[in-house]
Amino acid sequence: MQPQGKRPIGWMGIHRGHRAHPFEWLAEKAIFLVSLSAILMVLLIFVFVAREAIPVMFGRMDSALIQPIIPPDETDMHPPEKIREYLGLTKQQFTAMDKDIIRTLMEVKVDAQNEIPPSFRTDPDAKLNTTEWRYLLQPYQWTGYEKPAYIWQPVGQIHKYNIVPLFVGTLKTTAVGLLFAVPLAIGAAIYVSQLARPRAREIIKPTIELLSGIPSVVVGFFALLVMATFLQSIFGYQTRLNAFVAGIALSFAVIPIVFSIAEDALTSVPRSYTQAALALGASRWQTAWQIILPAALPGVFAAIVLGFGRAIGETMIILMVTSASEMSWSLFSGARSITATIAAEMGEVVRGGHHYRMLFLLGALLFAATFVTNMVAEIIMLRFKRRLEGKR
Amino acid sequence: MNMKSRIALATLFVATTVACQAAGTITVKGSDTLVILAQKWAEVYMGKHPEVKIQVTGGGTGTGFAALQNKTTDLCNASRKIKAKEIATCVAAFNGAKPTEYKVAVDGLSIYVSVENPVKELSLEQLEGIFTGKIKNWKELGGNDAPITLYSRENSSGTYEFFKEHVLNGKDFASSAQTMPGTAAVLQAVAKDKNGIGYGGAAYGAGAKHLPIKPSANEPAIEPTEENVLGQKYPIWRYLYVYVNPALDKGEIAAYLNWIRGDEGQKLVKEVGYFPLPAQWRQK
Repeated sequence: MQPQGKRPIGWMGIHRGHRAHPFEWLAEKAIFLVSLSAILMVLLIFVFVAREAIPVMFGRMDSALIQPIIPPDETDMHPPEKIREYLGLTKQQFTAMDKDIIRTLMEVKVDAQNEIPPSFRTDPDAKLNTTEWRYLLQPYQWTGYEKPAYIWQPVGQIHKYNIVPLFVGTLKTTAVGLLFAVPLAIGAAIYVSQLARPRAREIIKPTIELLSGIPSVVVGFFALLVMATFLQSIFGYQTRLNAFVAGIALSFAVIPIVFSIAEDALTSVPRSYTQAALALGASRWQTAWQIILPAALPGVFAAIVLGFGRAIGETMIILMVTSASEMSWSLFSGARSITATIAAEMGEVVRGGHHYRMLFLLGALLFAATFVTNMVAEIIMLRFKRRLEGKR
Repeated sequence: MNMKSRIALATLFVATTVACQAAGTITVKGSDTLVILAQKWAEVYMGKHPEVKIQVTGGGTGTGFAALQNKTTDLCNASRKIKAKEIATCVAAFNGAKPTEYKVAVDGLSIYVSVENPVKELSLEQLEGIFTGKIKNWKELGGNDAPITLYSRENSSGTYEFFKEHVLNGKDFASSAQTMPGTAAVLQAVAKDKNGIGYGGAAYGAGAKHLPIKPSANEPAIEPTEENVLGQKYPIWRYLYVYVNPALDKGEIAAYLNWIRGDEGQKLVKEVGYFPLPAQWRQK
């Protein structure tokens, strides 16, 4: 049934077999441009995020508390380039400034060093550049700690930027959310698309999809006030607000997405498959489980991947339910996700400072992580599809 | 009248209205702690001076400072002192002038515990131990044999920073401390958790017990009342600030700043739940 030979489709669809109506042609091109702009937008966002994160990525920031001081009176004794770097100015800014401004800036720099409380002046940690990768990824024994630890406490005299607890927190909540949501959502999708009577389907499907319309703030609030207490009374754990509660709350956001895409995939399996299976004597359940589900697997897998994306990107629910940057794999202890960290801390950081850059680094890493998982998922999906179509 | 002059007239008209509006509008941005108070001030002030328009937005102290240096806001509310780095960017943007600092109110911080908690008072030293994770059980403080759950604030909050600097003496919070998105959330959590402890503005009340604090182990415990906070007997309190570009600190803006720091403005501070400035900081 395939047409013999491909129809030539040239650049922007100009050399096509038929002549489009001029207006249609225009509309088509407009849509094409819009979709192009979406790609451009994604690129721009990534470039912006990466640009802000670059100084930290390549170790060009110095977050050490104690910095060498150049006394304001000695400004003229140093080459201007050194003063510019010392003040952290761009060349443009530096040339636009007169001597008085430079002097005021030099004085502010000295004031900042004088503000340091005496107990930190002798602290060996005060000389460390805490934005180096080894402090970001490896445990370190800070002053006052008994053993090396992963610490995210960016605000304070010593800025501790270990990002591992945040990744662990994200993984914990996402894992709980998916473990809870995926079986439920796919089970519901199989039921609704294959087994349910039309009447039941008409009620269940819109109801589950309605769940996605609930703002995540509301879900978070509900989880914070009602679910946390309820789950604690059942499981009896100690920390009332923990990764487990957050994960369950997260699943409310994930279920409608996984459900509606999986349901679409299952419904679009040709009717003849069901008819053939039933004719050969399979039960309805066998048909759904052994024939329809495998046939719809690429779509179902896509649903799970999108659910994962939603779970890892969800901010508000986790921010409201739990937020403790604790390095612990236990599901019943607190967790702080990357997204919640960015949302909570961005408002108060000094623009262009190391904390600001660190949050952008987190954003870039999250972006990279979701990009890679999506790509891997896409490849796996392609394999599934090939196998199902017998192409290998 | 030909087309050209008509357009010119229209442009002139638009330009003058925009200019008039700009002259009478004061924008205020910054700390979320201060936003309710700032709105109250703006509301009452606009009622008395209908020619002045005041726009108040929150977003956080850091956001406020960023806006101040970009000159997108006239006043910046701050729940902490400005940092050297922020002064530096302001100096670069203001042609060498540092932003002017005004103290506008006093905020006392309370320690909240559940109503069911038998512990009656804590010392500053014990508080440091609790929030840095050295003291883990209420038993050590004369309470029940139950682990302590810590409720803290987001590290973007000025309250968090203040508590870390002045109560924990710069040490880190225990990493198990839950960071809550607002003082109301801390209160809510402590009210629901009988082993919980949290901190926040003294103005917030219902649902939890405010513990009296001993400045040191041998002194008597002091309640976070207005009298004690303003008399500087209660040990945990701070100023709230407004920062302004000195070039703008004249005319209507200066009048507004004087008003909020005067008796009328300070009366509203109390209504919103913070504490008014002591006499020496007020505008006479």
